[in-house]
This record gives sequence, C-alpha cells and structure tokens, in this order.
Amino acid sequence: MARSLIGFMVLLLFLSTCEASPIYQPISVCHRSAALVHFSPDHGSFKSLEETYEALRTFDVLGIQKKPNVTATACRLISEAVGSSSSTPKDLFYALKANSVAKCKINDKVFQGIITRLNAAVNDASSLLDFHYSVGGLVLVKSSKPDVHLANADGIFRSVKAFSQGDGKWRYSSNNPESSAFAAGIALETLAGIVSLASSELDQSLVSTLNNDISKLFDSIEKYDNEVLYFDVMLGDGHDHQGPLATTSSIVRGLTAFAALPGNKILGLANFFLGVGVPGDAKDLFNQIDSLACLESNRQGFPLALLMVSIPLILFLPSTVLSLTKKDSLQVKVNTVLGLNPPPLTVKLVGAFTSGSKDASLVESQELGFDAGTGLHNLNNLPKSIDVGSYTFVFEIVLHKPEDEKVYVTGGQKKVPVFVTGLIKIENAEIAILGSDLGSIETQKKLDLAGQSAVSLSANHLRKLRVSFKLTTPHGLAFNPHQVLLKLRHESKVEHLFVVGNSGEQFEIILNFLGLVEKFFYLSGRYDIELTVGDVVMDNSLLRAIGHIELDLPEPPEKAPRPPPQPVDPYSRYGPKAEITHIFKAPEKRPQKELSFAFLGLTFLPLLGFLFGLYRLGVNLKNFPTNTVAATFAVLFHVGIGAVLLLYVFFWLKLDLFQTLKLLGLLGVFLVFVGHRILSYLAATSAKLKSA
Amino acid sequence: MAREKSSKDNAQALFNSLRSAYAVTPVNLKIIDLYVGFAVFTALIQVVYMATVGSFPFNSFLSGVLSCVGTAVLAVCLRIQVNKENKEFKDLPPERAFADFVLCNLVLHLVIMNFLG
Repeated sequence: MARSLIGFMVLLLFLSTCEASPIYQPISVCHRSAALVHFSPDHGSFKSLEETYEALRTFDVLGIQKKPNVTATACRLISEAVGSSSSTPKDLFYALKANSVAKCKINDKVFQGIITRLNAAVNDASSLLDFHYSVGGLVLVKSSKPDVHLANADGIFRSVKAFSQGDGKWRYSSNNPESSAFAAGIALETLAGIVSLASSELDQSLVSTLNNDISKLFDSIEKYDNEVLYFDVMLGDGHDHQGPLATTSSIVRGLTAFAALPGNKILGLANFFLGVGVPGDAKDLFNQIDSLACLESNRQGFPLALLMVSIPLILFLPSTVLSLTKKDSLQVKVNTVLGLNPPPLTVKLVGAFTSGSKDASLVESQELGFDAGTGLHNLNNLPKSIDVGSYTFVFEIVLHKPEDEKVYVTGGQKKVPVFVTGLIKIENAEIAILGSDLGSIETQKKLDLAGQSAVSLSANHLRKLRVSFKLTTPHGLAFNPHQVLLKLRHESKVEHLFVVGNSGEQFEIILNFLGLVEKFFYLSGRYDIELTVGDVVMDNSLLRAIGHIELDLPEPPEKAPRPPPQPVDPYSRYGPKAEITHIFKAPEKRPQKELSFAFLGLTFLPLLGFLFGLYRLGVNLKNFPTNTVAATFAVLFHVGIGAVLLLYVFFWLKLDLFQTLKLLGLLGVFLVFVGHRILSYLAATSAKLKSA
Repeated sequence: MAREKSSKDNAQALFNSLRSAYAVTPVNLKIIDLYVGFAVFTALIQVVYMATVGSFPFNSFLSGVLSCVGTAVLAVCLRIQVNKENKEFKDLPPERAFADFVLCNLVLHLVIMNFLG
C-alpha cells in the first residue's frame, strides 16, 4: 500500500515536470505517466464500466502493461454485466467494448443472451443513444460471432438518419430539439455499424445521402494557426455541452468508422489532439489517445474502411534553441502521432529565413544525416551564414518507399521557428566626461563589463557624459540587441532611463547635463549608473552597475517641478511608526531645599510668639471644670477638635474628599454633641456666677 | 525744635495712653488679639516666602494665606461677640460665640485642606 502510494507520488512529481510544448510533439512518456495517474483504480477496480473501458483502451494504445489484478477485476465486472439480465444496453455496450481490449472469456450461452437482448433493444430504440448502444454492442459481438446480422437494417438506418438536422448537427431524440456536433459523431458511428451489420447490401443511395451531412459537418470545421483543425462546440448546443476535445474526438471516431476522413484534414486534426499536451483529467486523456489511435490505425474493423485513412507523420525539434557557443547541432525527429517509428525517410532542410524577412534563404537545400541509434536527423555543423538571431527553418520529409506515400501523410513543408544564440563580444567599452568645448575630454576610463569594477566620476551641469562600446556577433557582424539602456539612479531613488543609439557596431550615448537639468529635477548628488544590454539570442546579456557619478546641478528655481514621490513600500504601513517626541512643559524652578526648610522654621516663629505671649498673660487652666462629667466632656471636646484636625492632615496626605466628608460627618456629630454639652455647662456655670 | 520735640512727645504720649488703655482689656480679649497677631504674622511670612521663590504652586500659597487670614477674621468676629462693652451682642453667650468660632474654623480648614493640593 505504501509502495503504491510512493509510486503514485513519484508519478505525480514526474507529471508536474511535463510541460505543454508549443510545437506539436507526439505522445511521450509524459502521457504514459498521466494515464497511470488518472486511471488509477480504487482498490483495483474502476468506478463504472465506461471508466473501465476508457482505462483499458488508453493503457492498450499507450502500450502500458496492465497489472494482472486490474485485468481480473475488469473481467469480473464485464462478466457480471453481460450475465445479468437487468443490465441496460449502455452497460452491455461498455462491457463489450472493455472486453474487446481485455479479451476475457465469455461463453456462448451468454453471447446468445446478449444478442437477443441487443436485438430487442434495437427494435425498441427511440433515441440516438439507444440506437448507438444497441447497434454498437452488436458490432462488437460480431467480431467474435461473425454471423450476427441486423434485421431490417434499412428501416433502422432511416430511423437514425431522421435525427439529422441537415446542417451538420444531429439531435438526440425526436422530441428534444437540442442538437450538437458531438451527437453527429455518435450518429456516424452508429450508421457505420448498421452498414456493417446489414445482412444484404444497403441501398447505396441511402448511404450517399450521408455525404451531404458529412460535408456540412466539415463546413463548420475551425482552423487555428494554419496548422490545427478542430470541431468546436457550435452555438446553440444546448445542455449537451461537450468541449471541443470531446466533440472533435467523437466526430473523428464517427468519420473513421465510415472511413470518410479526407487525407488533407488528418494532419490538422492530429495537430489539434497533440496540441492539447498532457490533459488534466481521465476523460480528456481517453478522448485524446483514442482519437490519435483512430487517426493512426489503418483498420477499424469495418469493411468500409478501405484505403482512406492515412497515418500522419509529425516532424518536431527536441530543442528549438541552438547555442553557437556550445556548438549545438540541429536535431530533428519524425514520429507517428503515437510516438512510434516512422517508415524509412529523409529530412531535408529546404531553407532558412530570418524571422519576418522575405529575403532569399540563407542556406542551400540539404539533407540531414540520420542516426539510427537515436532516431534523430542531424545537421552537425550549422552553416556559416547562420549567425545569432531568430530564424524560420523550413523542413520537408521525403519518404524512401513510394508505396508509403499512399499510407502516410507528411504535410508538405513545415516551418519551425528556431533561435540561434551565441556570445556577443563587447569591446572598447569606455565611459568619459566631456567638457563644454567640442571634443575636450576631462576624464576617460575604460569599462570592464565582464568584471566587478566600478568607476567613480564627478561632473557639473556644464559637462557631458559619454558611454560607448562595440558589439559584434560570433561571426563578426554588427549586432543590434533588443535592449540597450543606460539608467541613472539618484540617492533618493529617482531614476532616469536612456536608450543607447548605435551606428553599425558602435554604440554610443552622450548625456548633455545642461539640457537634462530640468529632467533631473535639479537634484544634485550621487547617481548610480547601470547599463543593460540584452536580447533573447544573447548568451551573455548583462545588467551591470558600472559605477557612480557625483553630479553638481544648480539650485532649482521657484517653479521647478518636484521629483515624483517614490513608491512607498506597502508593508511599511504595518510597521512601527516614528518615535513621537513629546514636548513637556519645562518644570518650574523650585527653590532649594534649605531655603524652604528655613522658611518652614520661620513659620513656626509666630506660633512660638503666640505661646510666649500666652505665658506672659498668665494663661492658666484654673477654670477647667472639676465636675467629672463636665471634665470628661471637656476632654472629649478637645479630643474631638484634635481628631478633626488629624482627619484634615490625613485628608491632605491620603484621603479624598468623599471619604473625608464621611468621617467628618461622623466626627462632626460627635463634636457638636460634646461641644454643646460642655459649652452649655460652662454657660450655665457662668450665668449662675453672674446672678450670684 | 520745640515743635519737633513736642511732636515726638505727642507720639510718645499717644503711645503711652494707648498702652495703658490696652492694659485694662480683659485677658480673654488679649488672648484673641494675640491669636490674630500670630495668624497675620504667619501670613506675612508666607507672602515673603512667595516673593522670594515665586508663586509656583499658587493654590498652595493661596490656601496657606487664606487659612491665616480666614482664621484671623474669625477670631476678630469672636472678639466682637465676646467683648462685654459691645452692646450689640449683649444677649449672646460667649460660649455660643466660641462654638461658632470653632465650627467656622473647622469648615474653613476643610476647604483650605482641599485647596492645598
């Protein structure tokens, strides 16, 4: 279990490296691994008979060895389906189709049962799909039991033909107005089956009426890139929305069954299926592989398939980029669509043209040598006339045996875009500061563009900067790359880009700072200089910082344009912001501690004076009440006042107003009570004294 | 010269008569006068301090000065009410006046303590 899982993951990894190639390449290892990935059975069996058939057919065409348990479970499914009396014609059809690949043993009694049921289904059929499954099933049985015939073939042919709309599209049933090209393919397959099952020759006029439908179908063929032909989903195709791959696939199957595929369309259709690359799901992969097999195979098992089906040959280049530095040789491969070996042939290079030009060919017509070991046609030394650049090479296939020409389709001359790359020599690279007078050179330095050295220059707005170099191809010709740019970047990230012009091989740019002062926004300072020389055919494109220049520009006038704001890093929005410096009020100047303490002492002086004065006055406590009760109250009175004052001290130190007020309330009540008692006692005493 | 001498003598005589008149005031009034003097002097010292070091915690200065001045004022009120020669407050017992004095002082000082900061 683990091993199969690892194997599966390895396959998936490999599949991810298979890319779609722009040139139509035949079926390759990538398709095989895709088949193994998409058609991996769940616990050894597939979900349905249809999927079983698709998997088996794909494995068969691609030459993948089936695991024995897959075949065993497939056989089990098939025998269940054909043995059960409740199978629908659809199940029987797919079971028989799967059996044509798996070749399981089915005994005669079962066959008889199938034949009876299918014949009954044909007579009961009302929709196109009913006819398709029943007739198709009988055709498959006929391969094992040649004496199977269809009674009333004429009538059944007419019934199926009735589904045609006449514009190339066919309906699925008489009461459903929806029609599609996909249905046309199914109908053609069914009709071919009827013809092959007829016990006596069908009326030829009937068959020839189909030609009209087929030609109408071909009227709707779509073309792409001058090389690809396909049938697209036509407008108004209703619910039955099969994509172009499924539609073209169905039509190819139908036409192959009738052997009505014209030779000139085969290569275009083959290119369509190859252009799909490696499909992403099982159904698409099956459609692609099955259709390519139909295009390739000469016989479909129908007697009508005489000699009309031709096998397309695909010419492709494993690599369309050739490097002069590595001395790559031109390699061409020719295969059938399924990747099989072609018949003996020679590939001729008819001509090579620079892309986009209509001049004469740069090379003579020559044959490519064939290496039987690798199966490649090589041109070992590229002609001297091929320098770096992009070309269109024109090839032609010449078959050795004349009888092969009836069987194989070569497609005439094939144009392939090829890039030839090489090392471009950069010589005499120089940077100079020129003075304001013509031709006076202030500083001149050689540039080493291959190395890492950086030059350092300085100039003011009266000077000019000149950068010059020479570019030559490996064959010594002038080369004009796609990008030759000089960039000056200021320290504040403001950039200016200039295109370096050339005359022949010599590239030169002169920056006159006097005219550029405004363009540079009057920004003085350090500018980094960067040179870019690049082209798709350069092996050594470069983007190099060649140094820096200190520019001294005049002050900007009032109305000078400001440099554009540089893009802010969008993630800096979420970063920390600048530290805020709070401005606090400067603390007041406080006096020195000693001064404060001095005055504190000084504040107590009047108190001392007061106490001294009291002493001098002869203040005494002789009037203190002697009565115990009164004395208690007197004491409490003073204690109360003292407590209130203490509360005030606490209020200043710790408490807040509300707590103070609460306590003051309590103390106040107490004080008032006590005070009232003592003072009324004192008042009574003094009144008594007065009256006495 | 004689006039100077006489003005000086006049001042001296005035001072002496004031002194002797004051000597006969009852002791309790003298105590109150002393208390007032003490309060006013404390206030003065605080003002001098503020003049020296600046009025930064102005609320503290105000509360200090107001405490002294307030209590002086209340003491003066007490003296008026307690003075037997004052016919207006003849019926007011001095104990009652003293109670008022104590109460008002306590309220004053509550406000002062709040404002002290």
